[in-house]
Amino acid sequence: MVSFSGVVFYVLTFLSVYVQVFFLITFLENRKKIIIRNEPVKLAKYPKVTIIVPCWDEEKTIYKTVRSLLNLNYPKDKIEIFLIDDGSTDGTWNIIRKFAKPARPNGRSGGYPNIRIFHKENGGKYTALNLGLKYVQTNFLGCLDADSVADPESLVRVISYFEKDPNIMAVAPSIIAFKSKNIIQNAQKAEYDMSVYIKKMLGFLGAIHVTPGPLTIFRRKVFDDLGPYRHAHNTEDMEIAYRMQKNHYRIEQCNDAYVYTNTPLTIRKLYRQRLRWIYGFINNTIDYRKILFRKNYGNFSLFTIPSSIISIFAVGFLFGKMIYSLGSFLFSKIIQFQAIGLHLPNKVDYLDPFFINTQTLFFIVVILYFLIMFSIILGRKMTEGKWGFSFDMIYFLLIFSAIGPFWLLKAVYNTVLSRKPGWR
Amino acid sequence: MENNTHIDWKKYVIVFLFTVGLFLSASYVSNYFGNKKIDQLKLIQDKISIDILSSETQFSLLSELSCKNISDSIISGELGELGRKLEWGQENIGMTDTVSYLKKYYSLLEIKDYLLTKKISARCNTKSAFILYFYTTAENCSECEKQGLALSALRDKYPELRVYSFDYSIDLSAVKAMLQIYKIEDTKLPALVIDEDVLTGFHSIDELEIRVKESFKLQETKPEEAVPQKTQL
Repeated sequence: MVSFSGVVFYVLTFLSVYVQVFFLITFLENRKKIIIRNEPVKLAKYPKVTIIVPCWDEEKTIYKTVRSLLNLNYPKDKIEIFLIDDGSTDGTWNIIRKFAKPARPNGRSGGYPNIRIFHKENGGKYTALNLGLKYVQTNFLGCLDADSVADPESLVRVISYFEKDPNIMAVAPSIIAFKSKNIIQNAQKAEYDMSVYIKKMLGFLGAIHVTPGPLTIFRRKVFDDLGPYRHAHNTEDMEIAYRMQKNHYRIEQCNDAYVYTNTPLTIRKLYRQRLRWIYGFINNTIDYRKILFRKNYGNFSLFTIPSSIISIFAVGFLFGKMIYSLGSFLFSKIIQFQAIGLHLPNKVDYLDPFFINTQTLFFIVVILYFLIMFSIILGRKMTEGKWGFSFDMIYFLLIFSAIGPFWLLKAVYNTVLSRKPGWR
Repeated sequence: MENNTHIDWKKYVIVFLFTVGLFLSASYVSNYFGNKKIDQLKLIQDKISIDILSSETQFSLLSELSCKNISDSIISGELGELGRKLEWGQENIGMTDTVSYLKKYYSLLEIKDYLLTKKISARCNTKSAFILYFYTTAENCSECEKQGLALSALRDKYPELRVYSFDYSIDLSAVKAMLQIYKIEDTKLPALVIDEDVLTGFHSIDELEIRVKESFKLQETKPEEAVPQKTQL
């Protein structure tokens, strides 16, 4: 007889495989629409775009971020850059100020006439963005997190999506992990590659649930109609996407617009970041629970959110199962010790292939892992244009399955006790 | 690209069917390997059965003249391997009809091996070292688990020692007869029979070692001489 936990395991595994197959079939349906444009993109018209860079203690990265915006392959007079210092306590403000200094001694227009700088009391990222929003006069706007660097072709490629279809209200780029220095960052690189694939598929399904801080571009109408950013449990880029989905505003993903982001270098920082993301996901989902499982809200409501909820349950359950197995393993070792002391049993023939696990679930889990690996490979193909295996995938599977459950359970714990995690 | 309120129900169904297909394929592959393993177990059992039959026949033919030859040839080492594989199969393939049938067959082979050993020791006037061990799988019996480990360790130490293990809950008249002969009760498991004495509850390896040494005058194998032995648990 199959135990209760066996049934739960089967159901969760079934749903997890279902989600991966759903992505795979979406990919097969749309694979011809996924293109990487290696030639420079020419637009019929270059609309004006404002890019807001909120910064809080980003002295190490802000310079490169701004330089990347200045190097965008987009007419300079069509880009407005707002650098907003959200009460930094380090040298961020000094760096920002340099961009606003007049370049010529005669006091005429500054070196970067399209850069405006702002300084405010610290109030959180959404307040910095909202300050920027007040001054936006262009029809398109976006944000670029100060830990990210935009590829020169990114903006023009993103804007080409708006040109193609006037119904598109926001376009997210592909976010790629910037130069990995250690295994933690290598693991994240594979994960970011996978996200590119998943985001693109969600784009095809009209079901994207995050418009990430690094260079998602919106039509200003989104904010005019729906209002400014909200605190949203420190995940304002997720909340705005939920709000857009609720109001049937379309979000697309532009796979060949690259933005490079600095990923956390240590387990501790990664943990803090993910805790914030998962906490944000859980709490935004609770806030928007009324649009869950409603066919009016399309695949977003029936697929994206449920699949993320399933993954939380699956990881939580697997973790519980792992702890249980570890416990029973230790228990059996204690019994063994009590029975025979430190005597090592002769187990020579355990190498016999007879003892290889051939249960159904074993094969299913293998299939699931293959599907996940394949989605990383597809993501890599969509960003780097090359097929192939990389060790990053192994690091990703190992590190995320070992630590993932902790930030996930902590996020659930914090939600239950209404404890809000900090930004970093 | 789809409108965000558009839902392609057909796709949800196709993905469902596809996923079910994957599960069925996995289950098919799993069954395939499960059956292969069962075939392997059957092969071992057939071999043991032939071994025992052959020993019995040899024994009847040669009578008392070649006691030495006989006792050398009857040791059916594969019984241990079979026991361990069956136990693993029961946990991992599940207690299917075939596995339970194989387990019964295994118990019978053990009894036959035991009887033959007894017959030989009576006729050749030697003393064979064996322990009968009764345990249960019907309920959680951690003492049984401990006893099993202790007996395995003892077997590693004394390769001549034969341990015949029987599941109390098995539905087999021959095993029930054994239970009756030794008056084994399910409330007093694990139970051991050493040299006609019945011991109930857990007995440590040291305790058993003393008894085994006394009863059977066994020699401990020294570590460097130790050859990998197959346990019967």
